[in-house]
Amino acid sequence: MFRIRCPYCRELRSEEEFSYAGEAHIPRPEDPSSLSDAEWGEYLHTRTNPRGPHREMWVHTAGCRRYFNVLRDTLSYEILAVYLVGEMPPEREEAR
Amino acid sequence: MVKYASISETRCAGSNPGRMERYSLLSLVRHARRYHENWQRAWRDPAPKKAYDIVIVGGGGHGLATAYYLAKVHGVTDVAVVEKGWLGGGNTGRNTTIVRSNYLRDESSHLYEFSLKLWEGLSQELNFNVMFSPRGVLYLGHNLHDMREIERRVNANRLNGIDAELLSTADVQKLVPLMSCSPNARYPVLGASLQRRGGIARHDAVAWGFARAADAQGVDILQRTEVTGVRCDNGAVAGVETSRGFIGARKVACVTAGNSGVLAAMAGLKLPIESRPLQALVSEPLKPCLDVVVQSSGVHCYVSQADKGDLVIGAGTDSYNGYGQRGSFSVIEHTLQAICELFPAFSRVRMNRHWGGIVDICPDACPIIGETPVRGLYFNCGWGTGGFKATPGSGYVFAETLAYERPHPLAAPFSLDRFATGALVDEHGAAGVAH
Amino acid sequence: MSEDVRRLAAGGRIDRDQALDFVFDGRALRGFAGDTLASALLANGVDVVGRSFKYGRPRGIVGHGAEEPNAIVEVGTGASCVPNLRATQVELYDGLEARSTGSSVFQRAVGAFGRLLPAGFYYKTFMSSPRAWMAWERLLRHAAGFGRAPDAADPDTYDRMNHHCDVLVVGAGPAGLSAALEAAGWGARVLLADEQSEFGGSLLAETRTLGGDGAAAWLDATLAELDASANVELLPRSTVSGYYDHNFLTIVERRSDHLGPVAVAGTRERLHRVRAEQVVLATGAIERPLVFANNDLPGVMLASSVSTYVNRYAVAPGKSLLLFTTNDHGYRTALDWHRIGREVVAIVDARENPAGGWVAAAKDSGIEVIARHAITEAVGRSRVSGAAIAPLQRNALVGASRRLACDLVACSGGWNPTLHLGSQTGVKPRWSKSAAAFLPGDLGEGTLCAGAVAGTPTLRGCLEQGALAGATAASRAGFGSGRTTRAAPEVDEPSEAPTGSLFLVPHPKRVSRAPRQFVDFQLDVTAADIELAAREGYESVEHVKRYTALGFGTDQGKLGNVNGVAILADVLGKDIAEVGTTMYRPSYTPATFGAIAARDVGGFFDAERHTPMHDWHTDHGAEWEDVGRWKRPWYYPQSGETMQQAVNRECLAARDGVAIVDASTLGKIDIQGADAAEFLDRVYTTGFRKLGIGRCRYGLMLHEDGTIFDDGVTARLAESRYLMHTTTGNAEVVFAWLERWHQTEWPDLKVYFTSVTDHWATAALVGPKSRTVLAKVCTDIDLSGEAFPFMVVREGRVAGVPARVFRISFSGELSFEVNVPAQHGRSVWDALIDAGAEFDIMPYGTETMHVLRAEKGFIIVGQDTDGSMTPADMGMDWAVRRNKPFGFLGDRSLDLADHVREDRPQLVGLASGDGKTVLPEGGQLVDDPERPPPVPFAGHVTSSYYSARLSRPIALGMVKGGAKRMGETVYCPLADGRVLKASIVDSVFYDPKEERQRV
Repeated sequence: MFRIRCPYCRELRSEEEFSYAGEAHIPRPEDPSSLSDAEWGEYLHTRTNPRGPHREMWVHTAGCRRYFNVLRDTLSYEILAVYLVGEMPPEREEAR
Repeated sequence: MVKYASISETRCAGSNPGRMERYSLLSLVRHARRYHENWQRAWRDPAPKKAYDIVIVGGGGHGLATAYYLAKVHGVTDVAVVEKGWLGGGNTGRNTTIVRSNYLRDESSHLYEFSLKLWEGLSQELNFNVMFSPRGVLYLGHNLHDMREIERRVNANRLNGIDAELLSTADVQKLVPLMSCSPNARYPVLGASLQRRGGIARHDAVAWGFARAADAQGVDILQRTEVTGVRCDNGAVAGVETSRGFIGARKVACVTAGNSGVLAAMAGLKLPIESRPLQALVSEPLKPCLDVVVQSSGVHCYVSQADKGDLVIGAGTDSYNGYGQRGSFSVIEHTLQAICELFPAFSRVRMNRHWGGIVDICPDACPIIGETPVRGLYFNCGWGTGGFKATPGSGYVFAETLAYERPHPLAAPFSLDRFATGALVDEHGAAGVAH
Repeated sequence: MSEDVRRLAAGGRIDRDQALDFVFDGRALRGFAGDTLASALLANGVDVVGRSFKYGRPRGIVGHGAEEPNAIVEVGTGASCVPNLRATQVELYDGLEARSTGSSVFQRAVGAFGRLLPAGFYYKTFMSSPRAWMAWERLLRHAAGFGRAPDAADPDTYDRMNHHCDVLVVGAGPAGLSAALEAAGWGARVLLADEQSEFGGSLLAETRTLGGDGAAAWLDATLAELDASANVELLPRSTVSGYYDHNFLTIVERRSDHLGPVAVAGTRERLHRVRAEQVVLATGAIERPLVFANNDLPGVMLASSVSTYVNRYAVAPGKSLLLFTTNDHGYRTALDWHRIGREVVAIVDARENPAGGWVAAAKDSGIEVIARHAITEAVGRSRVSGAAIAPLQRNALVGASRRLACDLVACSGGWNPTLHLGSQTGVKPRWSKSAAAFLPGDLGEGTLCAGAVAGTPTLRGCLEQGALAGATAASRAGFGSGRTTRAAPEVDEPSEAPTGSLFLVPHPKRVSRAPRQFVDFQLDVTAADIELAAREGYESVEHVKRYTALGFGTDQGKLGNVNGVAILADVLGKDIAEVGTTMYRPSYTPATFGAIAARDVGGFFDAERHTPMHDWHTDHGAEWEDVGRWKRPWYYPQSGETMQQAVNRECLAARDGVAIVDASTLGKIDIQGADAAEFLDRVYTTGFRKLGIGRCRYGLMLHEDGTIFDDGVTARLAESRYLMHTTTGNAEVVFAWLERWHQTEWPDLKVYFTSVTDHWATAALVGPKSRTVLAKVCTDIDLSGEAFPFMVVREGRVAGVPARVFRISFSGELSFEVNVPAQHGRSVWDALIDAGAEFDIMPYGTETMHVLRAEKGFIIVGQDTDGSMTPADMGMDWAVRRNKPFGFLGDRSLDLADHVREDRPQLVGLASGDGKTVLPEGGQLVDDPERPPPVPFAGHVTSSYYSARLSRPIALGMVKGGAKRMGETVYCPLADGRVLKASIVDSVFYDPKEERQRV
């Protein structure tokens, strides 16, 4: 039952207002037709799934409905950073 | 601090492999006469050898079953099961113990039916009462779409030789008197499928029974031994680094539900898996009030009554990745809303405890069994929310896969390469949409 | 027991003017307001309150609060029954009915064979055959369990409340009250919750003075001050049951159980969901019993409980007390007993040299103190009548035992901090040798522990620590400096010597042979069981818990767990710290299902969605189908009609005359922006760029893995504006899907989405006469086939209301889907019905809709597809454009090796072999019906109906390689043994040239 600070609403709100939207930074391949079946399968299904800091997407479903990125520790459930789509997580957090 | 009189003088050193004392009423009587002072250890606590033919990572039900069948069926006894904590401490000891085989697709139903057949003789096979109780598993339908899917599944099951019946609302009410079968309910019960051979079992006993039987076959069970790395040479596995030193192995078999991704990362692999909390809860113990297992995906609940009297209730999977063995309270709230909706009499019953396990979920809700790009490294993972029921079958087919280095026919459809070819075995059930 | 010597003549916090009658196990008894059921039972001389779980031994009340393992009762009857309440936590009310639990005849009989039932006996037997276990299981199930579940729906209601507070203080004992005072003083919003009916915790049974006054006076003044503070909310009868991530806690408040079996007004319980900036845990401690032979006899109690019954409830649960202690604190019980003029047989102290202030006080009162001794065994049948004591050195017996007579044994083995809540978040407790107890681990910045839970032994210490915690919490939440503002009251308390460490008391016989030494009373777990578990290799504390059931009861081992851990550590030759505890899980004490479900049951379980025409359907006798959250008319039976007759009538009206269906539930998404066309091209298999304004096109939406997940018709309303239709059940999913791709992958596209599903009401006029009917109420659109062709949308007025009319068809007939703003839906519907009256317009429901579309071979996503089908599988390559510049989502997956196999299941039509029997939906198809199971899957029936128009059954199905098997026969074996034949035919049964919808 963690809380996330929505970067658009700028408020710390309960997890229940948000929906998880999967691992972040998995861009859709520019030219899918140039990929082998295995490479395409990797894009579709393979995930990092770390025990620890995880870069993931959330959407503020019951709020502004905007997607954004979160760096969250999957063991402690600590929210280490919140950043916008298209950005990378803050350096110091990345170093953890 | 003062130390008081020790009561440890009767502690036994350990049993010998191959000399497993048989449990029976007679043995209980015999030991009772000796005040139960001479019971053998259920399994030894050996020091790790330098190397094994096969190292199985993960001392849960699936890993221990794999070890047992390797030794028993294939005579491969140079095997160690490496467990970072205590046997059965992962999802084996955290699940809601439902056993059934009524899956939709041929590939899954064959595997789970094979497993169910093993369950039916498992206590006798292991000489350990795993309390498999085939009391029947009901799956409720709440709308026409559900009923269509239920009928499809019942027909598919019967053609696969799996017992399945279609029940009317009245039949359901007769089986479960406390269930609300009112046609005015928000999600009325329109009918159900029933697999009479399905039921529940004692989860811990499954791990212990397999451990004891595997130990008796000569398998080394190494508890409190955490794998910290997987050593590979030239694309082939060489062994595992552990908290008790390096253990060499010709083959390494990872059976670590809830940690598969972590293990894979040690070998430089990524898997099509996400690990998520799955929660469950129990009520206080009650006198018998529910004689079958009830499942409903329409109102989202799974409930049975354990032999001890607790209502054992499966809650949902959290939507996000997590390794914390705890989930969101809102999942518990939704689950109990469903329980109170379906069983209005249970509203005054109280929740004793709730907890979470970590399940490894594959995109098609089916497991991955078999080899990996690293030679000698095998995975058996991704059982999602339904691994317990597969325990003996999973161990059996994985053991054969390891022993002969080719997939057991029942395991073949569950290879890792299906995620490249697209040959997924979709068991999500039908998408719940209609015009 | 002589009459009424149990209730003391004076003292206590009971109201002697308010006598309350109650019934326990059929006996009519009387207590007073302020009593718990337990104190009233003790006052009435009820010694045996139940029989034990496994051995059927008589059991009495041991504790006075949440720790009570034995007095588990059912309160109420029938639907209002609550199973498994602890008598120590049941407030007495007039007319209360309670019954003991777990005392079956069977269990008493089994007790005789107790030696055959060591820990885990059931793993070793009852397995001669699979059937044998089922027979044994029946017996065991009936013996197990405590109370009975209510037999009918709960008559009560429940609710929930959300809180955001600065400081949540858990526990209103001396530490919690002090914390609340300080935090509130600094201006923080404070929530103070306590599980008891009265605030005060240990102060409610306190005999010492605080700041010169009685404890009660200090308590009254403190409560008055808190009550008067606007920033403090007090929650009595409220158990903080769960502590979750980021300081989220749950509190279950019991609002009516103290008044009667059912709430007279309002809700029975309330779930408080609290998000606290700071949490102060002031949960106190629970006394630890000592483990000796027959320590489960009624009359063996916790020392603090004896004191509580004497001081708070004015009940003396016996005549002659023998106190067994390992610490100074326990002496106070002997002093309390002495004060009320009853006999203290002796104080047996296990320590070498007891010398603290309380010890001196006891000696001064003339009480015999027997040091370096232990009670090795309690004696008695259904109540303790004496005890064997023996000299002890370094926790080993060093001499012969002797017997002392008594009828009450009070035990104190030290204190176990109530650290459950703090540990629920996964923080492991740590063992403190000096405190001889587990203390809370490092709980982080958001949590403070104060008082006995932190191992603080003295009352003054608890008051001071509480105040500091309150000030610190307030400061961390942004209020004040963190300094305390008032001095804690002076308490007259002597110094205490350290607690001795004694868990299992040695017995002249070894553990396996001694009379049972109980560790967990509720589940009958003994020291011998723990020893046996370890001997058999169940060495992890979790294994011991699971093998012996230690701590698995409804008390969750509040009394027994630490003793169990200590005994295990000794058996294994390890430190207690090394053995550790099992995981702590919510709830702290059991929480009512209903309270957690709160209001979201019955009518509030899940919202129902109704279309604007809902009442009309109800008035016209519609049967309903649930589709997602929507209620949709299924069919409209007329008097005496079967469902089939009604559907036939509705179908024929649509094919031959005119019919009308409420299609408002279809998802509608308004899509605007310069890049709307490009966006649609990317999410649909078809192309939208070149679609003319005012025209409509069908599209399939795929997941990236190439499987179909939605379909529908999208219309171009303007140069850069489209209206997308989705399936009813998928409206929200599709909307989220569009937003996701736009926001995360293609933010550069200028496109905006608005869900307009409930902005519009949709009535579809269907049938050859639909044009004529519509023309009566719509004069500003030229409805002729030339001016308004198929797959075109027009705007105009229908029945005087602005409308969008779509010439699209899900029936294959001439059809006009009339969309009007939702508020006009009913009036336009009424107008259309009136206009159609002369043509016998027929309303129809989802069933007829399904038959009509199946006759045409139109699929329903989710019925004919199941999440694993590609467009090719459905024979819908015509709806896939592979040459778009960007491609579309799922495009690449269509070429995967498995997706181009020719033997994949493919959509076909199925003609019933006998021309009469309707194939069952969900029927499995096989090629060889003679084959015994497992029979290879050849396909399955996805849609199947009787077609009134064609006068024969029709069906759609998926058949492996079906597209190339036209004319072949497949078989559909049924559960009743019949085998139906079907031949594979084209999936379009009616009007294959599509002439009717284009007229």
